[in-house]
Amino acid sequence: MPPEPADSAMACDLPAIARRWGNDPANLVQILRNVQESCGVVPSETLDQLARLVGVARVRLEATASFYSFFHADSHGAYEVLFSDNIIDRHAGKAELMQYLCERLWVEPGKVSEDGLVYVDETSDIGLADLAPAMLVNGLAVPSLDKARIDLLAELIRSRKPLAHWPAMLFEVPDNVRRAGPLLGEPFEPGAALASMLSIGAEETLARIEASGLRGRGGAGYPTAAKWASCRKAVGDAHCVVCNADEGEPGTFKDRVLLASHADLVIEGMTVCARVIGARRGLIYLRGEYRNLLPALGRTLERRRAAGLLGTDILGARGFDFDIAIHLGAGAYICGEESALIESLEGKPGKPRNRPPFPDRCGYRGQPTVVNNVETFACAARIAERGAARFAGMGTPQSTGTKLISVSGDCARPGVYEVPFGVTVREVLAECGAKHAHAVQVSGPSGTCVSFQEFERRIAFEDLASAGAFMVFSRERDMFEVARNFTHFFAHESCGFCTPCRVGTSLLRNIMDKLAAGKGSPYDMQEMKRIMCVLRDMAHCGLGHTAANPVVQTMQKFPEAYERRLKKLEFEPAFDLDDALETARLITGRDDEWAHLAAD
Amino acid sequence: MSAGTFTLDGRAIPFEEGQTILDAAAAAGVDIPHLCHLPGLAPHGSCKLCTVSIGGRLGAACTNRAAAGMTVESETAELNAHRLTLVQMLFVEGNHFCPSCEKSGACRLQETARRLGMTTPHFTHFFPARDLDASHPDVVLERNRCILCELCVRASRDVDGKNVFAIGGRGIRARLIVNSASGRLADTALSANDRAVEVCPTGAILRKRVGFAVPIGRRPYDRHDIALSLPTRRGEGAGGG
Repeated sequence: MPPEPADSAMACDLPAIARRWGNDPANLVQILRNVQESCGVVPSETLDQLARLVGVARVRLEATASFYSFFHADSHGAYEVLFSDNIIDRHAGKAELMQYLCERLWVEPGKVSEDGLVYVDETSDIGLADLAPAMLVNGLAVPSLDKARIDLLAELIRSRKPLAHWPAMLFEVPDNVRRAGPLLGEPFEPGAALASMLSIGAEETLARIEASGLRGRGGAGYPTAAKWASCRKAVGDAHCVVCNADEGEPGTFKDRVLLASHADLVIEGMTVCARVIGARRGLIYLRGEYRNLLPALGRTLERRRAAGLLGTDILGARGFDFDIAIHLGAGAYICGEESALIESLEGKPGKPRNRPPFPDRCGYRGQPTVVNNVETFACAARIAERGAARFAGMGTPQSTGTKLISVSGDCARPGVYEVPFGVTVREVLAECGAKHAHAVQVSGPSGTCVSFQEFERRIAFEDLASAGAFMVFSRERDMFEVARNFTHFFAHESCGFCTPCRVGTSLLRNIMDKLAAGKGSPYDMQEMKRIMCVLRDMAHCGLGHTAANPVVQTMQKFPEAYERRLKKLEFEPAFDLDDALETARLITGRDDEWAHLAAD
Repeated sequence: MSAGTFTLDGRAIPFEEGQTILDAAAAAGVDIPHLCHLPGLAPHGSCKLCTVSIGGRLGAACTNRAAAGMTVESETAELNAHRLTLVQMLFVEGNHFCPSCEKSGACRLQETARRLGMTTPHFTHFFPARDLDASHPDVVLERNRCILCELCVRASRDVDGKNVFAIGGRGIRARLIVNSASGRLADTALSANDRAVEVCPTGAILRKRVGFAVPIGRRPYDRHDIALSLPTRRGEGAGGG
């Protein structure tokens, strides 16, 4: 059976949906998700009724509803098909397959078919780069697309077969773990880390985490023990543990594997954290693209409650009360930023907060909150279970332990690799069977573009800090197009809060499109560098700070990819005077020589 | 009660406990360029014009609190060049035609651009299609001139207690939305003497029937530099002053 299908979840009963979420405006994103899933749309009329039900101004609901990509007021038909649009999907033939599907279904991208049956469009990376090209059908992942699968999909859609009756194999997502280490490769008995913690106490457990040298696996590398210790000390009446499972960085998918097959480890890490900081409440913010993981995660939580590993008096320890709820995202990369994630958990548009204060003092609902990456919690559980020595003994002195790398692109064996920190890019390339690698994008678009001359560099916080993405590009790939895809991604995902990022990411995208159209000049290259400086210095959060990195780095490392697109050596205007006359030509019905400006 | 002093561009600035760098500077008569901040409304930190160097680290002066002994740099060539770029970004992102705008001469965007030495918009215009809402009997909402500073959002929510405005959409598609099912300003609770109507730094929200009451040439920024209008700017609305 495929996972719980989105199209039969719940009748479009607004009071019931709102009640399910406590009529609490802080749960607005979840309420809107349920409305979207059960009604197929978030109709404008709904907002007034919902506003009354949760007791906030309609305009606040509209702000939230219009922020997230997966909410829409217009119907997307009975079947909404969204192709993942990472550069890896493109290299794997996404554009051709999408066109093929559109032809088979007689539909234009971005428009509902005339019979109201189907809608086909693109979406940002969906966390299946090892199984590219991939898509979401009514929110559920379908990986490993090829012509045969598209034929089958087209047939199922045309025959209006309910999603619940589609062949289960379409929704099967293998883990593709290619190399396992202490984190993924060794058995874990649910409760083992908790038992170990209860025997040594919370303080000693925190000391273990500190001794292990564990640093945040989301990419920034902040010491986990320092975050926990600060939150433990912070004054508040409802400390909170949040698991950041909004794995949106294109090319990253290791958290998908952790959540699909090692959820106990992750949840146990959260529970250990809860004991250390004194939290009774936990939240998993699961990216909307991972909707297919929700039913199994819910069952794992249930199983742990039944086993006394969640709930009240956990493992018989009096007063050790902790439980976890899952919130789903709704298509917004920015929610991976921890303060934007908290805003989203509170039912608002995912816009990063002004900091300080940081979440450890003022997070979810203003309470002290630890936000950690999925992998960080998994590591913490292992450390609590087995002590710090083994973990600290792996990797490098500044980057201890192992790291999960999500390998995709031009290689024989894409998938998840658990490697010790300090591994070189070349070693990973050899292991995944990338024979003709020319460049690797480490840690996704916001990370580092590593050229073939730098393959001795190491994956570690002191060299190539990484959240896990490792996208391989072989010699025949056009690094300009890679960077252009990333600028489109950032322009699409900018939250729009601050001026430099809102406008700067669109300016960058437009200039890259101008170059792609063969109308670029060295002046445009200078312009992009200038925009990069403004983004780096003035933007509100990491998205803006790094949004120009792909362009600037590829310009520096692969200048030839840009130079062959430059039309002139000086300046080329962004507009084409002859194109500007097109409307006039249409009106006058002329297309003769005199109706055109002479080309120079 | 001063909690100490910090240094701003070499000058000692006294501050009160909890005061932001921007507010402390303003109280001492020093202007740090800004568009999304107004005394009395919660700091926002979105326009980023007030970005300063705080002990070598960059941050918004309107959201960072002053601390004793900190060294802040604002009037540097690099920061002002960045500020100029930000203002140019705001100009090309919307549709700003100063000569035909009633707010000309009383517009903070225009005056800030002048102060920063802007002579051209520099970037290619986006020319977005944005709606003008003239439905309200007393107020006109001209979205072409909106710079998404959210001053009206905060004023309506926190001062007027009405929640008339919010920002909808995301990224470059972000837009000012109003609290009505019809999407029309006339169907909201906005009234002409709301604080939300006064705070717009540009000509996006204007009172009707007061246009050109103050002739061009005698408007606030025709008479004095924006830096001299500190520290409060009440009554600086269209035709005001």
